[in-house]
Amino acid sequence: MSEMQLLTWARGTGLDLAISIFVLGVLLRLFEIYSLGRKKDLSEPRTVSGASGMNTVFRRSLPPPGMLKNSPITYIGGYIFHIGLAIIVFLFAPHIKLFQDLVGISWPGLPSQLVDFATVLTIVAMLIVLADRIMKPVKRYLSTFQDWFTWALTFLPVLTGWMAVHHLLLPYTTMLALHILTVELLLVCLPFTKLFHAFTVFGSRWFSGAVNGHKGVAV
Amino acid sequence: MSASLEKGVRVLKEVIDAPIASYFSSCVHCGLCAEACLFYTETRDPKYTPIHKLEPMRRLYEQEYTAIGRLKKLIGLSKAVTDAELAEWQELVYNSCTLCGRCSVVCPVGNDIVYMVRKFREGMSASGNAPDGLKGASNRTITIGSPMGIKLPAVKAQMRHVEEDFGLPIPLDMEGAEYMVMLSSMEIMNFPEYLGAIAKIMNQAGKTWTLCSTAFEATNAGMQIGNSDLARVIVSRIVDGAEKLKVKTVISPECGHAYTALRWEGANLVGRPFGFKVKHIIEVLAEFKEQGLLRTEGFETDRLTFHDPCQLARRGGVIQQQRTLMNMVASNFVEMPDAGFMNWCCGGGGGASAIEEGEELRLEAFMKKKTQLDAVKPDRLVTACANCRIVMEEGLEHYRMKLPIVGLTEMIAEHIPDPVPTETDGK
Amino acid sequence: MAGLARHGVSRRSFLKFCTTLASAMALPPAAGMAMAEAMAAARRPSVIWLPFQECTGCTESITRSHAPTLESLIFNVISLDYQETLMAAAGHQAEEALHNAIKDNFGKYLLIIDGSIPLGVDGAYSCIAGKSNLDTLKEVAKGAAAIVAMGSCAAYGGIPKANPNPTGAVSVSDIIKDKPIVNIPGCPPIPVVMTGVLAHFLTFGSLPELDKLGRPKAFYGETIHDRCYRRAFYDQGKFAKTFDDEGARNGWCLFELGCKGPVTYNACATTKWNGGTSWPVESGHGCLGCSEPDFWDAGSFYKALSMPASPLKTVAAAAAVGAAAGAAVSFANRSKKGAAKAAHETTTLPDLEK
Repeated sequence: MSEMQLLTWARGTGLDLAISIFVLGVLLRLFEIYSLGRKKDLSEPRTVSGASGMNTVFRRSLPPPGMLKNSPITYIGGYIFHIGLAIIVFLFAPHIKLFQDLVGISWPGLPSQLVDFATVLTIVAMLIVLADRIMKPVKRYLSTFQDWFTWALTFLPVLTGWMAVHHLLLPYTTMLALHILTVELLLVCLPFTKLFHAFTVFGSRWFSGAVNGHKGVAV
Repeated sequence: MSASLEKGVRVLKEVIDAPIASYFSSCVHCGLCAEACLFYTETRDPKYTPIHKLEPMRRLYEQEYTAIGRLKKLIGLSKAVTDAELAEWQELVYNSCTLCGRCSVVCPVGNDIVYMVRKFREGMSASGNAPDGLKGASNRTITIGSPMGIKLPAVKAQMRHVEEDFGLPIPLDMEGAEYMVMLSSMEIMNFPEYLGAIAKIMNQAGKTWTLCSTAFEATNAGMQIGNSDLARVIVSRIVDGAEKLKVKTVISPECGHAYTALRWEGANLVGRPFGFKVKHIIEVLAEFKEQGLLRTEGFETDRLTFHDPCQLARRGGVIQQQRTLMNMVASNFVEMPDAGFMNWCCGGGGGASAIEEGEELRLEAFMKKKTQLDAVKPDRLVTACANCRIVMEEGLEHYRMKLPIVGLTEMIAEHIPDPVPTETDGK
Repeated sequence: MAGLARHGVSRRSFLKFCTTLASAMALPPAAGMAMAEAMAAARRPSVIWLPFQECTGCTESITRSHAPTLESLIFNVISLDYQETLMAAAGHQAEEALHNAIKDNFGKYLLIIDGSIPLGVDGAYSCIAGKSNLDTLKEVAKGAAAIVAMGSCAAYGGIPKANPNPTGAVSVSDIIKDKPIVNIPGCPPIPVVMTGVLAHFLTFGSLPELDKLGRPKAFYGETIHDRCYRRAFYDQGKFAKTFDDEGARNGWCLFELGCKGPVTYNACATTKWNGGTSWPVESGHGCLGCSEPDFWDAGSFYKALSMPASPLKTVAAAAAVGAAAGAAVSFANRSKKGAAKAAHETTTLPDLEK
């Protein structure tokens, strides 16, 4: 198979299959999680403004009092790579073009040099959180194969994309094919790993916020 | 019928719901919950990481309720939950968790870990893997009426003493009273001043109140052991008593988990909304103050700080009221670091103080409270939970700290002018 | 040299051509002189050009070569013994010329192939003088010193090979395994690239340094993207969104309009076309990637590299399956939970013990 054929497969059949498995997996998981339902709370609620499920969906993105000083790497590293990923995926012009083709809408992107800068920060942040996971006793204790695997799943697309743009290591055609293939691997695995938190974080925060809001506590 | 793994697993399958499924699917192993849990921070043992305390339930969820998990089980790739494993987890689910809820507040993906521990205890208790101390407390609460084994005669005796000391009547089974007052075993045995304080306060406020002979005990050991069936039996007594006496409000005493059991779990246990209100005594006092029914004179001048009981503040939503009340009678009130809804647990709630084999761990965890206190160096410590008081007194003694602990209701009542017909004005 | 002078090519022009060619191939200045001398002195080597399943575009392109012109090459530098479009002879005479050239120069002639070689129906899709191209290629290649696969068809199969490849088209290197082959892809290739490789062979008797795909690195060593004059706009994220918008008029990058420059190796961005007049991107159209294998099957010319190469076919079905599977699992979950609840045995105090 020539380089161009690999790239064409990755952009064509590969993408088709990966998005399909992703969509299938997301729907399956969302159904199987939320269909379990929950019992209605019959205790008398308190109503305190600012204490609700929706409030917590947003507020939980901020560290509670005292926690940032306690675990700076987890929070700051986490912010940088999540925001970095969002910038790379949603504000880089070639990616916006992909979304335009897939869902029909597009939006303005950032200058490519800024995205490049964000990518470097993301790569560094991801390496640091990996090191932290290895070195901190609690994280190391909790980590299973899945934690290391999902780190690599998320890291490789960022690294290969950056390397492709900068023409590092392998010829562009191959590097681009690798980039697209690693993205496809990420898509296929996402619904079935902890990466699915990308979807369930909203439900989880909402439930927590609602339960506590019922008691009048803004969490 | 006896406890078995099969029963435990069935119960867990019953209680796992959409929130729990969502929580397990969201956990990213960030470890922040450990940093919020005093059992981890003071021991540095990662096995006390809150989400880790749920590992058997997580596996069960995966194997029973996810497509991939079921597939793995079919082809023999999953590790079944065993009775030995649940026995191993007893320490994690009970001794090292007071249901304080700090972990839930901190989790970045929004996991309500304390909710999950509470549900896990359903399976643990049904499978026979609850600690002996809690089995004993449940036994005594259900068969005798109170976890410390106190019966009505003892209560009546205390009532008589208080009536004599305070010169005020303590009503019993008075139908149509506005408030039904409950006590916790701790108070009946160790802090009878509480009952006298109630009498003074109610007298000043001009409110009718009563004790109930069939429902004087507020503590719910069934909730602590985590068994809804037992908790229902215990809470039903209170509901029946309140309905029989046709009271408007039931007052939960200075006890943390009693409040949670009645105020938040109660209606769900009996399966219908209450026809009466449930309030913590601190809530009632704050209301009285607002309505001008609570008037105090004089101030404590020594340096005071307040320990927020977890079930009252973070888990109960009563955070500002105790501060308002403190400021009524304290001229030198200083807050501990992390005071309020982020306060650290005393280490003895959720049934932990009834577990003998967990004492060493509790005392080690108490270092966190000690650190908070060392930061403010108070002359006395005020709180609103009798269990917190006992646990902290033990901890202070262990670390050779001289620090008297006072109940807030009691302190407020001390500043109410004595109940004589001729009142002195202008004070 | 006299012959060239008669045709209006002065010695100076000729030397200039040779040095230009040498520098274009990144050879030292002295090579230019060597080329000039070799070309002036040599017995004109035999060149045989066989056209197979082609469109004649490569021949058209080489006629646009301006330095040297095709005529001067033919009259003065090489002995173009067989070229169907350009030769005067036809029929028996043409065939005889071919056979004689092969016989007289066996082992020494340069064989140029353009067009792909169809294998379908035993090669009958393309025949010359009653013989399939496949058979002709195998026969003529025997006496070639080297083979030049001119154009993307000969080099990689080109457009005939595109899906579904009805004629079973393959490239020269798919058939001939025992001769040095240089691929000069492009649809068509740039004129001076074609003549430059010929000059290299004629001067040095060997083929220039080739890349993994058999292309001369001198002309195919860099991508269009890396030499594109609009690259600064790519780096800044300034893209034309349509062929007529302000970005297009400002000469912004054509990535979003499907330019395949980043994955295409050729010299268009530096050497340009029509004697350096312009090239596709400069004219406002994205690179098609025509010098790459399978460029025609690489998705639409107008779809950016980051867009799917072909429309998604299975996603709608997958969504339906996912929803159905989700509903099925939900049903199973709820009944399992319900069954557990129905089988609930109320715990009494003795039940706390195992």
